[in-house]
Amino acid sequence: MSYSFQFRDVFAASDFLLDGLILTLELSLVTMIAGLIIGMGGAAARVYGPRPLARAVAVYVEAIRNTPLIVQLFLIFFGLPSAGVKLDADTAAMVALSINLGAYTVEIVRAGLEAIPRSQIEAGQSLGLSALQIFRYVVIFPALRLMFPSLASQFVLMMLATSVVSQISAQDLFQAASIIQSRTFRDFEVYAVVAGVYLALALLFRLLFAGLYHVIFARRSR
Amino acid sequence: MIREFNLNDVLYLVAAMRWTLALTAIAFAGGGLVGLMIALLRVSSLPPLRWIGTIYVLAVQGTPLLAWLFVFFFGLSIVGVEVSPWIAAAASYSIYAGAFLGEIWRGALQAIPRQQWEAGSSLGLSFGQQLRYIIVPQATRLAIPPTVGFLVQLIKNTSLAAVIGFVELTREGQLTTATTFRPFTVYLTVAALYFLLCFPLTQASRRLERRMLHGAH
Repeated sequence: MSYSFQFRDVFAASDFLLDGLILTLELSLVTMIAGLIIGMGGAAARVYGPRPLARAVAVYVEAIRNTPLIVQLFLIFFGLPSAGVKLDADTAAMVALSINLGAYTVEIVRAGLEAIPRSQIEAGQSLGLSALQIFRYVVIFPALRLMFPSLASQFVLMMLATSVVSQISAQDLFQAASIIQSRTFRDFEVYAVVAGVYLALALLFRLLFAGLYHVIFARRSR
Repeated sequence: MIREFNLNDVLYLVAAMRWTLALTAIAFAGGGLVGLMIALLRVSSLPPLRWIGTIYVLAVQGTPLLAWLFVFFFGLSIVGVEVSPWIAAAASYSIYAGAFLGEIWRGALQAIPRQQWEAGSSLGLSFGQQLRYIIVPQATRLAIPPTVGFLVQLIKNTSLAAVIGFVELTREGQLTTATTFRPFTVYLTVAALYFLLCFPLTQASRRLERRMLHGAH
């Protein structure tokens, strides 16, 4: 065995990696925000909404959670054009990832909302609070606190999962690796470096979420 | 050569599900072994062993599964080993599933109160005997619902093996798309087949969890 590792070619293409990294971060952030919006709306519809709406959300959640992300991505990018909806790779990636994360977020938020005991809500009512006040002071804050850890780990997993968008040739971090690989044939080195970058990102996001949790919740609790 | 998407294609897709299931089984077996080791490392009383377990979980849960597949499939050729998609997939999925199963099982082990361990050791049982006769039987009950839930993740994630040319359900879908040029119908069918595999397991996991929370003790 006489292979000498060479990382020089990989780092020479660092501007490629940087461009990819930026798209990966963009995809992650857009997906997290969209996922949160879908998740909040969906969970509210499931818990408080009229029956048909709650059922529709349930169907959406189950359909997404029981099929692979890559198939959803292919369906949107390769399949939708035959229905007349043509999206470029980046847009298709954002749509697919948001729809996917939204379904998981609905479940997490719903679990958080349902974890607030009925007696707390009744206590709020007996104090004469309006429905909106009860939601704001009694339900949402403790619920957010309960769901925060699950949301954070789901978001980190989603950041890693954005790597599948390379399969519809969106120019993300992972696709940058494939391009460098095909130019330098330094397969192992490229994927090792990129895996390291993802790991650093994952740790960074976790740190960020932990800090956010501290700022939002830890200081206000007794 | 473009032809129509017909019943035969559906049958081919259904047949390809067996490779999805086979890969899931391999991943679960390999990941189960790794996961057992990780869970034991993480509840060990020796700090260095705990650190190894923690670092493993942090590293694997912090990198995309896709990267593992590529490292094993493309990367290992540099040491002169021609790696088949089967080997690359089996290795990647064992590493990946090991981290997640290890965490699930660690949680179950740690959910058993300390006093149970202490009671065992005061009866003169060794660490292994405490695990075997006291802790594991109780922890297994706790671990089953999340393990079944993870199985759903595993089935869905076997779809990523398609990118290294492993012919399972998703790859068969890509091949069928190439000959019929009906991506919407094909991928919708593929998605429906995954749903048929996953939904019953999702329901089972939920039912088991509910039974554990409210059921008879």
